[in-house]
Amino acid sequence: MPWSIVVQTLLETLRDITPIVVMIGLFQFLVIRRPMPNLRRVLLGFLYVAIGLSLFLLGLEEALFPLGRVMAKQLTDPAFIYGGVEHLAGVVHWPDYGWVYAFAFAIGFSTTIAEPALMAVAMKASQVSGGAIGVWGLRIAVALGVAVGIALGSFRIVTGLPLHYFIIGGYLLVVIQTLFAPRMIIPLAYDSGGVTTSTVTVPLVTALGLGLAETVPGRNVLIDGFGLIAFASLFPMMSVMAYAQLSEFRARRQDGSNDE
Amino acid sequence: MKQLLRSLFGSFRDLAPIIVVVLFFQLVVLQQPLPNLLQLLVGLVLVVSGLTFFINGLEIGLFPVGESLAHALARKGSLSWLLVFAFVLGFATTVAEPALIAVAEEAAEIAALDGSIEPGKAAEEAYAAGLRLTVALSVGFAIVLGVLRILKGWPMHWMIAAGYVLVVIITAFAPDEIIGIAYDSGGVTTSTITVPLVAALGVGLASSIRGRNPVTDGFGLIAFASLTPIIFVMIYGMVVH
Repeated sequence: MPWSIVVQTLLETLRDITPIVVMIGLFQFLVIRRPMPNLRRVLLGFLYVAIGLSLFLLGLEEALFPLGRVMAKQLTDPAFIYGGVEHLAGVVHWPDYGWVYAFAFAIGFSTTIAEPALMAVAMKASQVSGGAIGVWGLRIAVALGVAVGIALGSFRIVTGLPLHYFIIGGYLLVVIQTLFAPRMIIPLAYDSGGVTTSTVTVPLVTALGLGLAETVPGRNVLIDGFGLIAFASLFPMMSVMAYAQLSEFRARRQDGSNDE
Repeated sequence: MKQLLRSLFGSFRDLAPIIVVVLFFQLVVLQQPLPNLLQLLVGLVLVVSGLTFFINGLEIGLFPVGESLAHALARKGSLSWLLVFAFVLGFATTVAEPALIAVAEEAAEIAALDGSIEPGKAAEEAYAAGLRLTVALSVGFAIVLGVLRILKGWPMHWMIAAGYVLVVIITAFAPDEIIGIAYDSGGVTTSTITVPLVAALGVGLASSIRGRNPVTDGFGLIAFASLTPIIFVMIYGMVVH
């Protein structure tokens, strides 16, 4: 792998971190005017974050993303979907795309499990809730949400149904769920919609969306290729609230059986 | 050493699902051989060690900084400095976000193609820069709003519900071309470095103010940051198109 790419990735990560470090430094010295506790340890931590993120992105970009993109292209290739069978040009039969939905689900789930931003939020949530919200429970709930969201999003691209029907319908569901979900989980559920779509998921999902919109007859890349990300941020809210409702329901049933 | 091994193993476990999915689809469904096996293995080693560094760095760097800043600002008792900090945090971390730059450029191309802005490099660049500033402003505004919510203890769900009602209303009036971009821009604003810092800030604030519960009040900043860009970008689209 060429060294220029290594250096470039490291520089990009540093560019991401620099505004944050400058801002924190300014506030610490101009506004708070007190030395930061454990300054050396903290600086070491920032260095770890920069190195870690660079290596992570480099590895993904060199190894997994190219393969993922090729797979997204092959799976949406008409030759694969129709298996050599003659099909009427211009007629889209959505069940033919079964493997595409399966791939969308699997890639959504697995990339979300590996999402560093989600790990950070899950760690914090587990820590402040004293373990009531489990790291793995939250991560799996969010990953399932993303998986369902992206699978449904690919279905939408194949069928060409309008994006905003799904989104508005989804938000209505979120509002209804909010009324019934345990109070404690609500802010966390809303947050998990935003954290899912960072480093790992976006590039692969975008490749899938564009590949689909290019090959499905009658779809426009500009109009139909995007919008998968919106699905990926909507469904985790539902799945996290559902997770909390489920664990509350189970806890209540257990209490009930203990009372008898 | 044992600690390091354990966290290396943890990172590997986090990545295992991706490996399984890629192998299954490549070998079973598509029935293709694995290209560049060596490159793939090198990449995996990089990803696993990168994740290990990142998680350790979070625990000794980003988390403590976010919380100690939140505590210090709360102790100082100056509301205006806290809000300035919140705004700058949102704005500064978003305006340079690579994912946002990519989306803005893409959006400018689309706008030039369908003739809603004048063709040409200058007009496209102006449009993309405007879009980036709009999103960065909206994220700064979102963090300010979220911090105010933590301070005042306003209920999260009413604010978010009101936000979505606003999104639905504006969607009805916004030009079609901007809707997809607006919805996507909500998702790309929060980077891997911003999220831990913002989460630590929220939790730190909520735990240093009496009567606030870190679980119910500490989260929610990211949710605001994913919602306001949708509204702001659609308004931007209505103004420009």
